[in-house]
Amino acid sequence: MIYIYYLIFYGFILTALIGLVASWIDRKVTARVQYRVGPPFLQPFIDIVKLLGKENLIPRGSSKITFLMAPIIGFSSVILVSTLLWVNNIDRGNTFIGDLFVVVYLLTIPSISIMMGGFASGNPLASLGASREMKLILSYEFPFILAVSVPIIQSGFSIKIGEILTHQAQSGVVVGSISGTLALIVVILCMQAKLALVPFDIPEAETEIVGGPLIEYSGAGLALYRLMKNMLLFTVPFFIIILFMGGMRYEGIHLLFGILKYIGLVALITVIRNTNPRLRIDQAVGFFWGPVSLIAVISVVLALLGV
Amino acid sequence: MSIKLKALLKSPWVFHLSTGSCNNCDIEVLDCLTPRFDIERFGMLLAGSIRHADVLLVTGSANRKCIPRIKKIYEQMPKPALVVAIGECSLSRGMFIHSYNCPVPVDHIIPVDVYIPGCPPKPEAIIAGVVKLIEKVKQSKS
Repeated sequence: MIYIYYLIFYGFILTALIGLVASWIDRKVTARVQYRVGPPFLQPFIDIVKLLGKENLIPRGSSKITFLMAPIIGFSSVILVSTLLWVNNIDRGNTFIGDLFVVVYLLTIPSISIMMGGFASGNPLASLGASREMKLILSYEFPFILAVSVPIIQSGFSIKIGEILTHQAQSGVVVGSISGTLALIVVILCMQAKLALVPFDIPEAETEIVGGPLIEYSGAGLALYRLMKNMLLFTVPFFIIILFMGGMRYEGIHLLFGILKYIGLVALITVIRNTNPRLRIDQAVGFFWGPVSLIAVISVVLALLGV
Repeated sequence: MSIKLKALLKSPWVFHLSTGSCNNCDIEVLDCLTPRFDIERFGMLLAGSIRHADVLLVTGSANRKCIPRIKKIYEQMPKPALVVAIGECSLSRGMFIHSYNCPVPVDHIIPVDVYIPGCPPKPEAIIAGVVKLIEKVKQSKS
């Protein structure tokens, strides 16, 4: 029964609220960087409510069931990931072997659901965007997994999120070491690609292929995708905070530190997003398989040496 | 007023359709997105795809090639949706009124909710027109 409470309250409502607020911060900071005023505070909520009230169009020639199922698959996987992370963060003993791998796998499902929706809609631009999304996953997944293995190595080859958190509480955060810092840099770059934000927003390039895989979505499907992206804006930084920065704690001053860690990561994402142009897909693949993978390998070697 | 319409008026995403205009009105529409006018403070965004849009901004004198496409675009827009005609050409065909290629103005093809005159209308005029549209919808549905 307690897990249903976790699923609904923490996994869905709290994650959605924080994600929507974070997306407002992102839009507002972007507007201020460009000397604009920016949207009002409730704008992301209103967008979702509006989209839920709109007509749901299904294009002719699309495969209907996949087209309608894809947003639900991505959305539910994000809820599952955030529930797992919250459960581990609140009660460190409540963990099972390999839940880290479950989280890593579930974090790719949103991208896969976007690909499914893009290919199912039967639009050539959506297919192009989906194929770019596929290439992007192939490029960033390798350094991401290498970098995630650094906390595993440092905590004595433990693949439980709860044990990694306990290890960090006892002997300092992972980011305190050289290998942890290098891995964190890699993970932040991969996070930018996972969230499909500006240097790596190649699949959704608004000015190039007008929204990519989401081009044919309207109404509730688009609302689910937007909510999924906003929730990922909380879930992926939260995963990084847990793995590299000792998680969030709730007693006294530690709560403030936890919030500051999250706001710092969101501010970093926004700054990277506002100061970079979009890369081509071949440049992005070269970037992730070249320098970023190299840094990830170096950090893994350093972690094995115990630095 | 239903929550559906209330939310629609708070975040109208616009789609920009040029039906054979001289590009002047299109440039003025894009001016609304610049820092000086910043329509994002009203929650408006420029949607790339018609299926994401709530407001259709039509510019230009609908010529014969465009008429079936305007109808198609209007049908593809998820309802509830609104249409705004911008510029003299889309209101009354402007200087092309005697042209063989522009048989009817835009409001004979699709229902238009608000007209913004001018050749081209200033960005202030476009924003004022959208505000009038919001007032009109509020009054008619309350």
